[in-house]
Amino acid sequence: MTDPAWKKHLAKGKPKTAIYRLRGCGGCDDAILDLNETLLKYADLAEIVLWPMAMECDTSRIQQMKDGEIALSIIHGTVCNPAHEEAARLLRAKSQFVLALGSCACFGGMGRLADLRSRKNMLKRRRQAAPAIAAPAGDSAWSEIRSGLRLLGPEADRPQTERVYPLSEVIRVDYFLPGCPPPGSLVAEVFSAGLENKLPKRGTTLGPSKALCSVCPRNRSKPARMEISQFRRIHEIEANESCFLAQGILCLGPVVRSGCGETCIRVNVPCRGCFGPAEGVRDTGLDFLSGLASLISAETEEDVHNTLEALVDLSGYCYRYNPPSPGIGKQQGGIDDAKNRHPSDTQARRAREDRTVS
Amino acid sequence: MKEAYWQAEQGRFNSFCLGRPAEEVPRIAPSICGGSFFAHHLAAVKALDDLYGVEPTPAARLIRELALNASHIEDYVRPLFFSDASLKAIEVRRRNRKVINYFFGRASHPEGGLPGGVSRGVTEQDRGFIREAAVFSLEFIRSEIERFKNGLLADKSRLDKLRNDPFGMKSYTMAQVDQENRATFYDGRIRVIDPDGKEYTKFPAGDYEKFVAEWIDPRTGARFTYLEPLGWQGLAEGGKASPLYLVDPLARLRAADGMQTPFAQKEAVFLFDTLGKKPAHDALTIQWARLIGVLQAAEGNVLIAESPQLTSRDLRNMNLKLKNRGIGAVEAPYGILIHHYETDQDGILTKAAIIAPAGNNAVPISISLKRAAQEFVKGQEVGEEFLDRVETAFRTYAPSLSSSVCSPGKMPIHVQIRNSKGDIIREIRRG
Repeated sequence: MTDPAWKKHLAKGKPKTAIYRLRGCGGCDDAILDLNETLLKYADLAEIVLWPMAMECDTSRIQQMKDGEIALSIIHGTVCNPAHEEAARLLRAKSQFVLALGSCACFGGMGRLADLRSRKNMLKRRRQAAPAIAAPAGDSAWSEIRSGLRLLGPEADRPQTERVYPLSEVIRVDYFLPGCPPPGSLVAEVFSAGLENKLPKRGTTLGPSKALCSVCPRNRSKPARMEISQFRRIHEIEANESCFLAQGILCLGPVVRSGCGETCIRVNVPCRGCFGPAEGVRDTGLDFLSGLASLISAETEEDVHNTLEALVDLSGYCYRYNPPSPGIGKQQGGIDDAKNRHPSDTQARRAREDRTVS
Repeated sequence: MKEAYWQAEQGRFNSFCLGRPAEEVPRIAPSICGGSFFAHHLAAVKALDDLYGVEPTPAARLIRELALNASHIEDYVRPLFFSDASLKAIEVRRRNRKVINYFFGRASHPEGGLPGGVSRGVTEQDRGFIREAAVFSLEFIRSEIERFKNGLLADKSRLDKLRNDPFGMKSYTMAQVDQENRATFYDGRIRVIDPDGKEYTKFPAGDYEKFVAEWIDPRTGARFTYLEPLGWQGLAEGGKASPLYLVDPLARLRAADGMQTPFAQKEAVFLFDTLGKKPAHDALTIQWARLIGVLQAAEGNVLIAESPQLTSRDLRNMNLKLKNRGIGAVEAPYGILIHHYETDQDGILTKAAIIAPAGNNAVPISISLKRAAQEFVKGQEVGEEFLDRVETAFRTYAPSLSSSVCSPGKMPIHVQIRNSKGDIIREIRRG
């Protein structure tokens, strides 16, 4: 499909492209570098106007651009402070198309595991649970500081959003390319589709939609009737080539999207779902667990109970990359309802307004 | 100007990990920590070895070491992507990432480390690409060293500034060494050298808490790591009495008596012959030392690629005995990295901590900031060079906190100047 806006950019010559990282590990920048020589070719055909990893990260030049002047902004990472939000909004305004690159930008990624705990608890843990922390002698305020009740200086002033947001909860996103990080081959397809004027319709997830199991090299080893009588953990078995689920090892293959190149499976470790839900799956955890429940083989209720007891940290397994909703933290004693608002109308904005910049 | 503190966007690692099965942490840590992905994966896996009281099989050890060396090499060539040497650098990066991907799935988020070993081995038929990657990398790194030396040696005034810097930090240095006190990346003991170059202590990673502690200051989220037996003395320099220490590629060379491989050893000797025993801790000398470390990694991989044990199918030591506490250390590209986990009787994490190079260098960064602030900040007046000096401090001691290759002079910085009551009297922003 040819989008008229995109066609206009191509007609003008080199389409402007921005690449920007919000809160993330930088693995998506590496995924772009994985294009290798092809990236040098693209860098000739398109004009890269912003890429902090490889060039100056001065956004003032972007601010001076006209709205829509950038053809494509590729944004990776999550939004977890006002500066991220500001950058995402700026790039949205100046871009015709925005691509959310990687699981963090698409669904929140692993960063959203942080939403399972409140910020106060995190600070408290950071100060109390780390094994090697010494207290300053003679500081009477120490107990309050240590318990996270009292903050001073930059830590108190550092505004953060109430929770970790995927990009689409802050700005409109045109394309999604999941993966942690996405494979270079899929990133290359985005660049060539853009330059050849073959981008699909807006809102598309750029990758296969089938479940990972459908392309898994271990699929053939799956027994005709799958039954699980005992759950096991990955370090408890030696490497083999059988279906992980059939061995009682949690593997999210049935509910998550393929496209990753089965990199984990090929090194004999099970899938943790970085490509997000497959077509037709709304909540990977719920769909996975309801399927899993039907596989448990037990004679009595006590057997079922004993089998399930071995399952720990289901949120960490099933929602590692794509938690289903903002509500996930609330059930765990995390963020309360009143505070669980969009970053644009919370303390982030107040903190911005309160700043005295001379 | 009394004190200067820094605050960078940092993760809250333990909060992500508590309550989760320990064996999953090597898959989580690289995503949370970023930067030196494989080093974080491997430090976590080595902590699992310790947690389960198990030694990896010889083949597994070789595979881990091979991938760690490959990660040092690919980390070095990454910023060369758009340089004059780009085509060769791209090829080196591609080949080394292929080696990591082969065993660990994804170079950016490695997956295959397990307590007692690795999840995938290599057949004799596939050994070829590993050998070729190692030889190709060694040739490239040797040419890089020559290029670097030719550039530096031609600049006499620069060279003079780097020699035995009288204004440099008089600090301890820390690095991992083997039994002969040579620099080693995968394992060994942690050695600390005093500012005069004498050994202060040497300890196994598992004992790090006896020698390394963290001090928390309410004015910053950064945690200050210091030598515990000397006691916290604030952000002050004081030679041997000060608990300040450095970890980085140059500190690594200073903390060791030599290198493990012949070319690297020759180059290390040349560096100290050229710059003296205590070269300035400048970004350029660190870069030189880093090249020498990467050279050792490349030479190491040439040897591993030929090892008969590499293709053994004995990949896991399954004699796992959970002992509730595990500590693992490796040399990440920018310095020593320690992972520390504690668990309940089911191997579920109750404590998790990381001492990363940026944390190890938190004190030197602060001292550099303080020096810059004392020189350039007078009351509310701030000299023009101040922000550049702030950036230099980060680039020198914590490259991973400065977007690693973002062009110099463009790092986003926010400075607050406060009076003695803690009220902000001036703010400066860049980027």
